[in-house]
Amino acid sequence: MATTVQEPPQVEAPSDRSRLETGNGGGGWRNVVPAEGSLKGLEDHYSPASRTGIWVAIAAITMSFAAFTSALVVRQGGSTDWRHLALPHILYLNTLILLSSSVTLEIGRWRFRSFIGGEIGSKFRALHALYITLMLGMLFIVGQYVAWLQLKAEGLYLATNPSSSFFYVLTAIHGLHVIGGMAGLIYVIRKLSKSALRRGTLAAASHYWHFMDILWIYLLFLLWMKL
Amino acid sequence: MHDMSAHVAHHHTPPSGFVQKYVFSLDHKVIGKQYYALALVAVCTAMVLSWLMRLHLAWPNMAIPGLHWITKNGAAGDLMTPDFYLQLMTMHGTIMVFFVLTTAPFAAFGNFFLPIQVGAEDMPFPHFNMMSFWVTCAAFLVLISSFIVSDGPTLAGWTAYAPLSAVGATAGPGQGDGQVLWAISIALFCVGQLLGSLNFITTTLDLRTKGMSLMRLPLSAWGWFVTSCMGLTAFAVLLPACILLILDHVAGTSFFVPSNLVLNDQLQPHSGGSTLLWQHLFWFFGHPEVYIAIVPGMGIVSHILLANMRRPLLSYKAILYSMFSLAFLSYMVYGHHMFVSGMNPFSSLAFSFPTLIITIPSTIIVLIWIGSLYGSKLRLNSASLFALGFISMFVSGGVSGFFLAQPSIDIMLHGTYFVVGHFHLVMAVAAIFGIFAGTYFWWPKMTGRMMNETLGKVHFWLSFVGTYCIFMPFHYLGIMGNVRRYAQFVDDYLQPVLGVHKFITVCALITGAAQLIFIYNLIHSRWWGKDAPVNPWEATSLEWTVPSPPPFDNFGGQHPMVYHDPYQYGVAGSTGDYIMQNSPEPSPTGQ
Repeated sequence: MATTVQEPPQVEAPSDRSRLETGNGGGGWRNVVPAEGSLKGLEDHYSPASRTGIWVAIAAITMSFAAFTSALVVRQGGSTDWRHLALPHILYLNTLILLSSSVTLEIGRWRFRSFIGGEIGSKFRALHALYITLMLGMLFIVGQYVAWLQLKAEGLYLATNPSSSFFYVLTAIHGLHVIGGMAGLIYVIRKLSKSALRRGTLAAASHYWHFMDILWIYLLFLLWMKL
Repeated sequence: MHDMSAHVAHHHTPPSGFVQKYVFSLDHKVIGKQYYALALVAVCTAMVLSWLMRLHLAWPNMAIPGLHWITKNGAAGDLMTPDFYLQLMTMHGTIMVFFVLTTAPFAAFGNFFLPIQVGAEDMPFPHFNMMSFWVTCAAFLVLISSFIVSDGPTLAGWTAYAPLSAVGATAGPGQGDGQVLWAISIALFCVGQLLGSLNFITTTLDLRTKGMSLMRLPLSAWGWFVTSCMGLTAFAVLLPACILLILDHVAGTSFFVPSNLVLNDQLQPHSGGSTLLWQHLFWFFGHPEVYIAIVPGMGIVSHILLANMRRPLLSYKAILYSMFSLAFLSYMVYGHHMFVSGMNPFSSLAFSFPTLIITIPSTIIVLIWIGSLYGSKLRLNSASLFALGFISMFVSGGVSGFFLAQPSIDIMLHGTYFVVGHFHLVMAVAAIFGIFAGTYFWWPKMTGRMMNETLGKVHFWLSFVGTYCIFMPFHYLGIMGNVRRYAQFVDDYLQPVLGVHKFITVCALITGAAQLIFIYNLIHSRWWGKDAPVNPWEATSLEWTVPSPPPFDNFGGQHPMVYHDPYQYGVAGSTGDYIMQNSPEPSPTGQ
């Protein structure tokens, strides 16, 4: 049963009317879809709450990694026991994998837009691209695990040296965030399979995923750099 | 097609079972009440802990009957050990700051009223909202569980300074498992509040109803928004700090523990860590945290005073911009907690200056309140009395802040009861008065029942006088040089002030007992109170347009239209001397 949205009584006074139109708050209840809304309208519906929400989440994650960064800078600069870590080479391969996953995700979004535009066949091609993105994400996680194994083989454990401590902590927490992004991708894939995906959801998931790329490149630079 | 739009039209359908309705509820109103209940349990727990401490301070050799029940080895023969005193102090501070001062004014009232005040049916991410509460609840249980582990809760204080908090059981009782549980609890709490802040920010920015421009938001909504911005950035820093602290404990890393540290004749197996690093990370969170506790109160108090003054504030925007300035500056002053920690003296200067600057927006807010109150025919009820009490406490506690902001004076006073008096008044009690004001004002909307006004006024006067009797002498004790965090004062020079401690303890017990009036009033009115009308205070904002208590979808499936700013008081409206925000009638002020 559709929920009908009643139009509120209109204002008579013209002065109030102009004020209403200039107000910023015209877009409340954005998640309410009009009863006469079509499937296409529904899919095309861009929910600003998910867009704002993802930027808010990105801001919080940025703050957390800023805190880790300041801890690393203080710990590295203020002590004599820091032995710089030679980064395992597989990290560069992992970086390429993660970057290419962003490309495939964008291809998926592009195909999704054609699906909304009315090309029914694009749905499966979009799904393909999203599955590939998910696979690349998994490959990245496996690659990071291999990097850990390589460090372990060199005798570098979490508590061996502050540099290895930060390496494990930063890669682990970034990895957890990537796994969170993969959960988001799985949600998007499930919704798209049922043709119930909203563009805002896909946009939010992809913003987050691209942010994970940027964050990883930043972390790689931070771990590589000698202060 | 119709099915699908119905599915999207509401985030969630009305729940049917008990568990969905009251336990794992997605409804922001139920979550708000859950937070309120959690804060109530927490505040009672922490208040009892403070009684035990006060009893021991006043009568150090007195056995407190039953004390051994809550500790395994901290009270043989019901006599409190110094270690156990510190454990009580740590738990009192942690519970109060996190689970009362953050959850009640921000998470409880904010959850219940923010969506209604902006005209939304719910928060945009109800599942996150539900997780936010249950993660916070789990955090509380983890913290409390430290009473039953091996050697009790941590004694490191609510600030958990390294290295004592980072080296494990060798640092003393509770520094092993108790400290790890503390860090896990606070990390969980951070996650809960991050999820909450995410919802608050998106609700305010995206779910405002038609006509609800930003400048038409009630000040209480602004208070919650500003707080959620601080919460988002502050808890995002404390979370990594807790993770690093836990790793120092359980994984043997050396983030916060320096080289060659010998504790209890044992060389600690750590090297090169920075003890100041913990303090920087902690206080970068810690100072915004005190504003997280107080800014929602500022919004709530403004909102309540306006409804009772029956006229607008001298300036809505000045209060708003001052709240933003407080939030911004709160990140630049945190070093004033570390004047005696061994920072570079130039850093002290750099932190002292913004600390003095931050008094300017606080003063502006207070002056606007007082200027607006001047000459108004204030309706004196429990809510407005507690709002006045909030201002009184905030000013009384704030004035001592001027002294402490200067490093040269702070070095003298930092380790004394002067600081304890300062922060209890300006942050703790002021925020608690804000919570009481909010409760008396909004309880009718939350439950559909009016609270008893006479009991409310008795509660106010006992709390108001009692609080001053407790915390004003702290300043005197501090100037006398009475050190804080000591379990008893056996030194000669403190013998003369023992009488003051006894006075404070008696006042604390009486004031605490007076809170039973409030609890009785809450419980009695919840079931047997008079039915609350839709708008008992003749207020203007949107929460007073929906039934008391509001239905599941707040506005009955319709979206309200907003025509006015939230404080059209003292104008000739069709219903009286006010015009509701959703009333289409033109306002004489044109706002």
